[in-house]
Amino acid sequence: MHSEKVREILDKNGRLSSPVPDLSDDSDLYSAGLTSLATVSVMLALEDEFDIEIPDNMLSRKTFESISSIVETVNELAE
Amino acid sequence: MMKPLCQKGLDKDEFSALIKQVHEIGKTVILPAAADVDSEARFPKEGIDALKEAKLLSAYVPADLGGMELNITQLAKVCEILGQYCGSTAMVYAMHQVLVACLVHHSLGDGYFRRYLKELVEEQRLIASATTEVGISGDLRSSICAVNVEGDRFTLNKQAPVISYGEDADDLMVTCRRSEDASAGDQLHVLLKKGDFELEHTFSWDTMGFRGTCSDGYNITSSGHVQQIFPEPFSEILSEAMHPSAHILWGSLWIGIATDAVNKARSYVRSAARKNPEGAQVSSLRLAEVATTLQEMRHNMYVSVKNYQEILEAGDSAAISNFGFAIQINNLKLSCSELMVDIVGRSLLICGLSGYRNDSEYSLSRHIRDSYGAALMVNNDRIRGHNATMLTVHREG
Repeated sequence: MHSEKVREILDKNGRLSSPVPDLSDDSDLYSAGLTSLATVSVMLALEDEFDIEIPDNMLSRKTFESISSIVETVNELAE
Repeated sequence: MMKPLCQKGLDKDEFSALIKQVHEIGKTVILPAAADVDSEARFPKEGIDALKEAKLLSAYVPADLGGMELNITQLAKVCEILGQYCGSTAMVYAMHQVLVACLVHHSLGDGYFRRYLKELVEEQRLIASATTEVGISGDLRSSICAVNVEGDRFTLNKQAPVISYGEDADDLMVTCRRSEDASAGDQLHVLLKKGDFELEHTFSWDTMGFRGTCSDGYNITSSGHVQQIFPEPFSEILSEAMHPSAHILWGSLWIGIATDAVNKARSYVRSAARKNPEGAQVSSLRLAEVATTLQEMRHNMYVSVKNYQEILEAGDSAAISNFGFAIQINNLKLSCSELMVDIVGRSLLICGLSGYRNDSEYSLSRHIRDSYGAALMVNNDRIRGHNATMLTVHREG
């Protein structure tokens, strides 16, 4: 349900090489150019937008691998 | 002489479950009480009770006596985690474990002490230590008082300037001379159980930090059965168990305090970055720097603990009485106590006034005050003096 917001945040902070609208929810974001440093900006923006704090155990490559995995994380934390 | 004591330790899964449990106790019981323990300089009763409940007071006791049989590496980790929640609670726990280590490494051949350790497991008895004495200015290796043996009974009186949590402990372990005509360094270690001793309060503990250790001074009057006197001389107990385990366990909880300070600094930087995501701030560079120092502190500890554990597993008396090992353990204490002040201080710079405040979630007041105590409990200058003496003759490698 947070998919649109997550896409906006990725567009602004993700520094992706492919345009976000071209990506499906399951596209591999790392193939789309997401770097681990850029995930920090994405993460901070997500925390700010959804008023959540992403715990250490979720700071993994898997959490940021696709739009759907990010949305899933946000849903879990924003409950 | 020490015998090989290969404490097998918990396996990986059991130990991770234990670590999780210690964090849970830390979050739900120890941390909520930490500010009050600190401001009131009171014994951290709820924390120690919770550790008793979890049977953690006998964590280092071998399994055949009913204990958890953690190895020294695992015990150090438990102290480190406790340090993240409350320095005083962690310090009380660590000081107790140092005495348990003396019992485990130096009395298992004796029927009385084996029975005592079983009682310790069953009743989760808390032991306090009376090593220093009025008139000897902090030198553990000298005593003025002496144990007086008549038949199978003894009497022992001591003026102790400091007995941490003396009033809340069940039992006491006291150093003294072997007899009235023994020299100051000819010492024994004596276990006094509740009922054997009386404490007359002499000095109060109103300090900057580690306030909840309640390290007041007392005059001890005691009597007991000669079987309560350790079979081995205190000098061996000190060099093989008390000295290494004290500096390892204290250092570990100091790492815990430093870790918590850096974690606060990190949350501060993260929250600032969230508000202003434009580029790296000075504070995030400082965070990167202080993280390097914390890693140095931690790694220094890991190497020393590993070394000590290997020596214990091999029962290597020669290695343990070697100057090289004593120097290493002394250096560990010097380095941990000094790095702790450095790390907490730099975390304060990162958190700024939010860290300086007492009423903020980033407050580092307790961490700062605790950290300055580390160099003073067994004064670093005394330890450095010992190393200076040993290093005139000891050569590396």
